[in-house]
Amino acid sequence: MDMNRREALLFTSSALLFAATRPGLASAQGQSVIRFAPHAALRVLDPVTTNAYITRNHAFMVYDTLFGMDSAYVPKPQMVDTWKMSDDGLTWDFHLREGLAFHDGAPVTTGDVVASIKRWWQKDVVGLRLKAVTKEIAAADERSFRVSLTEPFGIMLEAFARPTSIPLFVMPKRIADLPPATVLEEVVGSGPYRFVKEEFRPGVSWAYVKNDKYVPRKEPADGLSGGKVAAVDRIEVIWFPSPDTAMSALQNKELDIIESVSPDRKPIFDGSDITVIARASPTVSTIRFNWAQAPFNNVKLRQAVQAAVTQRDYLDIVVGNPDDYRICGALFGCDTPLESAAGFADKGTPDLERAKQLVKESGYKGEKVVIITPGDVASFSALAPMTQQILASIGIASEIQTMEWSAFLTRRANSGPVAEGGWNLAHAVFDGIDLISPLGNMNFDARGKAGYTGFIDDTETETLKTQYQREPDPAKQKAIAEEMQKRAYDQVFYIPLGTYKQFIALRPELKDYVNSPVVVLWNVAKS
Amino acid sequence: MLRLIILRTASAVPVMLIVAVIVFLLLRLSPGDPATIMAGDAATPAEIQGLRVSMGLDQPLPLQFLAWIAGVVQGDLGQSILSRMPVSDLIADRLGPTLMLALCAIVVTVLVAVPLGALAAWRHNTWVDWVVMTLSVLGFSIPAFVVGYLLMLFFSISAGLLPVQGYVSPLVDPAAAMRHLILPSLTLALVLMALIARVTRSSLLEVLGQDFVRTAKAKGNPAFRMLWRHALPNAAVPIITVIGLGIALLISGVVVTESVFNIPGIGRLTIDAILARDYPVVQGLMLFFAFIYVGVNLLIDITYIIVDPRIRY
Repeated sequence: MDMNRREALLFTSSALLFAATRPGLASAQGQSVIRFAPHAALRVLDPVTTNAYITRNHAFMVYDTLFGMDSAYVPKPQMVDTWKMSDDGLTWDFHLREGLAFHDGAPVTTGDVVASIKRWWQKDVVGLRLKAVTKEIAAADERSFRVSLTEPFGIMLEAFARPTSIPLFVMPKRIADLPPATVLEEVVGSGPYRFVKEEFRPGVSWAYVKNDKYVPRKEPADGLSGGKVAAVDRIEVIWFPSPDTAMSALQNKELDIIESVSPDRKPIFDGSDITVIARASPTVSTIRFNWAQAPFNNVKLRQAVQAAVTQRDYLDIVVGNPDDYRICGALFGCDTPLESAAGFADKGTPDLERAKQLVKESGYKGEKVVIITPGDVASFSALAPMTQQILASIGIASEIQTMEWSAFLTRRANSGPVAEGGWNLAHAVFDGIDLISPLGNMNFDARGKAGYTGFIDDTETETLKTQYQREPDPAKQKAIAEEMQKRAYDQVFYIPLGTYKQFIALRPELKDYVNSPVVVLWNVAKS
Repeated sequence: MLRLIILRTASAVPVMLIVAVIVFLLLRLSPGDPATIMAGDAATPAEIQGLRVSMGLDQPLPLQFLAWIAGVVQGDLGQSILSRMPVSDLIADRLGPTLMLALCAIVVTVLVAVPLGALAAWRHNTWVDWVVMTLSVLGFSIPAFVVGYLLMLFFSISAGLLPVQGYVSPLVDPAAAMRHLILPSLTLALVLMALIARVTRSSLLEVLGQDFVRTAKAKGNPAFRMLWRHALPNAAVPIITVIGLGIALLISGVVVTESVFNIPGIGRLTIDAILARDYPVVQGLMLFFAFIYVGVNLLIDITYIIVDPRIRY
């Protein structure tokens, strides 16, 4: 009996000891603290290895960028003070502003900037294009560097201001110089907030503290540009696997901000003191075809599906409330500099007769089309059944295969036939900010099997993209983008299913939130 | 008893090795891999393949297995592919909340369910029995997330008495720790209570019909004494089994309750690691769970010997 008691005591004391293993988030009294619920859990800290939104958002808090995109999607200087392009467009000179320093105290030099660019341009799609036309990039002195090109690169500033996929974050040279395959673990930026590595609990919580030495720009904050002011001492980020719990925590004053509230959950805050605002970047869902395999390697069949689709049908199902969605055929985003309706033929009602005629002309023989869909991502749930119904209405047989997200991504990357683990049709959901650049918009990756999933193979588009990257004149850029859009609709690269809003919810104690396409918390103060 | 402990501990080694092989193969054979997850939604096949190579996932499976198991033998469970943190650190970090939650839930369960089950057996086929059994059916049938959100609505949102979410270590702030544990413990305990109350009732009913109970009754023993001194110890074995398995179940992951109350426990770590195909973390967790189950079974067997001296191994 004595032995049993000892065992019981041992078990209980072990439990208590384990319970004290780590303190978690540890804010001190008297500090101003914002508690923030993000849209996903942070696990990967390296913003160059992954294009996951959560890693990108984290990086914007910690690192600074050479340029920042303002709310009108115009690049504005951030770390850069002055810059100049030569008359022939082959030389760009940049001069950094004063007072830039990393969180470890070291000053930011152009050596760090050049090393960061060289790491970035090995991974980012726009960076790769810059790398391909760069003859030399070198530091002239501690605060000046020059990019010498073999041909004009008119979108230099847009490239340096990339807000998404893989933005150009400036990190110390010793980190940026690590081999490209190395996943970075050390987080040393020069941004307004410093990452607290000791409090990082992957998949649970993490924290930032104010970088007292950061010198914000004088201009007011606007999108991702302007003065980045660390207005609170500390930001604690807590991942909530259940959005309902996050919303309850916000109402119970245990949280200050929720990054992502879906349209169907928004009415829960009606009548409360919680402020709900539409995020600057809307969500866009799409239909993607596998160009590499029959039957959708046939343009007639893709055109048939396009003729049968109307955005309103999808938006009514996915969103419901017309106030929260918008029918928009602009492939480079609505309310953006390149917005255009060129080629968009959705009149609000499906043209089933034309669709059926195109199916007939395509020579479709009744083979079953495989639609793959992730069952664990809510934003996808209504898309596959809706598409299956549309395909059936024009005589295309289909089968939905549901899987979880990881299996979906793997399957979607397979360009082979269905019998070998491939697919025919899938859906994709984008943040609107992903679409604004003709070079960064993955839906315009037309490099075939070497490119983005869907494996669009279209040399004409790739040629237009090269023209676009050379062109510094915004009006001419827009004309090229319109050509690309017309081509995409004609060849049916993909079918946009309309845009809808996501919301951010804030407690009334917060003020000065800057509504940016990427949710960042600089300037947000707490009363 | 010492022999039992040594034998069982030794037998855990082949069990864990088999678990290791099965988990390793299942993970590698299931679709999806960590490179795809890490590269992100917009990655090209070439980028994904590049990451796969840098993670060593292009190596033959036997080589990958040998590299991992060699580390395990030396006490190194490896490093998370995504967060680059040691797997043992990740498990230790998440074990505290899960153990505290399990401990509280099991204490509440035993304190409530065993007396209720005994009461139902003693008042067999009366309104007391029906009420207890109806409540246990309800407790067993209502999903944990419904119970959790209802408790949250009443006690946190409406009454403002308890926090909605999170975990506080009892060594950091004991009062706050208890406040954070009340609702999740109750949520978990409700399901277990229902189960243990039913098992207690049925086990006691069987014992109450036996001759020695009739003899004790004939000798004029008071009802309470007869129930607690004579009947319950003889009905304890199945109850202990269910309690023991309940403990193992709680430690190996109660992901719904942890998600509803945002408790960073082992259950959430497991699901996250599986969904992200974080191979070393999943493998480490499965070994840990195998160890827990072997350990709990050993404890159950030891307890059998203590409560029923007739049992020998």
